[in-house]
Amino acid sequence: MAFRPETAKPLNELVDVLLRGPHTLTQGERELIATYVSSQNDCEYCQTIHGAIAAHHLKDEPLVVDVKRDYRSAAISPKLKALLAIAGRTAQGGKNVTAADVARARELGATDLEIHDAVLIAAVFCMCNRYVDGLATWMPHDQDFYRQRAALVAERGYAAVTQMG
Amino acid sequence: MPHIALPEGLPGITSGFAFRPETARPMRELAEVLLRGPNTLTSGEREMIAAFVSSRNDCHFCQASHSAAAAHHLDGDYGIVEAVKRDYLSAPVSPKLKALLSIAGKVQQGGKHVAGADVARARAEGATDKEIHDAVLIAAAFCMFNRYVDGLATLTPTDHDTYDQMGRRMATQGYVQR
Repeated sequence: MAFRPETAKPLNELVDVLLRGPHTLTQGERELIATYVSSQNDCEYCQTIHGAIAAHHLKDEPLVVDVKRDYRSAAISPKLKALLAIAGRTAQGGKNVTAADVARARELGATDLEIHDAVLIAAVFCMCNRYVDGLATWMPHDQDFYRQRAALVAERGYAAVTQMG
Repeated sequence: MPHIALPEGLPGITSGFAFRPETARPMRELAEVLLRGPNTLTSGEREMIAAFVSSRNDCHFCQASHSAAAAHHLDGDYGIVEAVKRDYLSAPVSPKLKALLSIAGKVQQGGKHVAGADVARARAEGATDKEIHDAVLIAAAFCMFNRYVDGLATLTPTDHDTYDQMGRRMATQGYVQR
């Protein structure tokens, strides 16, 4: 990100709006979607950092592990499960999202905005995962590093943390 | 027909952008910087990378509009753009661009598909670190744009003229609303 600030700026703004802006989905729920997609894409960096942020918001690390392993049996709402299904399909490819997937989410109470954002969060993380892995970014492996960063992002947002380096 | 109540009559990504302006703004800015910002890669080259990745992702709206944008940057030469999408290794483009397209094609499959050898080949053909970075990020960004456009089942025009006009606007006016 520091290598190319002109592209880091819109990337950070996009993630900030999507994951931390005012919303009917909580920040924890939205970070779970990002984490789930990143784990489906096998991106260790993204799933670890966003998993830590989700865990920080939800105050529940094991739940994040459950969602990544098998969200259908995790202790989350049926609506969030339907949105994760949409996110998972989007990650495979946009055309994989079916009208039935969307109808199911609506039946469980999802609004158009929530469905839109499930698709867009998945799409954004398909970008971020490829960007990170494509450049083979150095990744710290210590879990405490992620916990500390997670707390900072939760308080100050993504742009502030990126500027820290 | 779109999966959600997007504003009617707006083609492709523009309907999503109209539905959610707060996310549209940084997405437009990203496209502008990546495809039209100052760069040692020409806009024609960068739009060809975008069209190539979009065609690999089978996203008609994105590949057709960015093909048109590329053509408009290349004095109307749709032939080169079609050649790149069909078989970039034999297309009349530079060895450096072929090496960058190879990297973009790997990124389209997944970030981990990019190997040291791909990067070394690009460097051997004269690509700078910034050019390699941008090939990766353009490919990654279009993996986002393609999924957004098709994930919402946005309206996909089918006629060439509509895309030709879109491409002209994209090439001359860019992606940011003023």
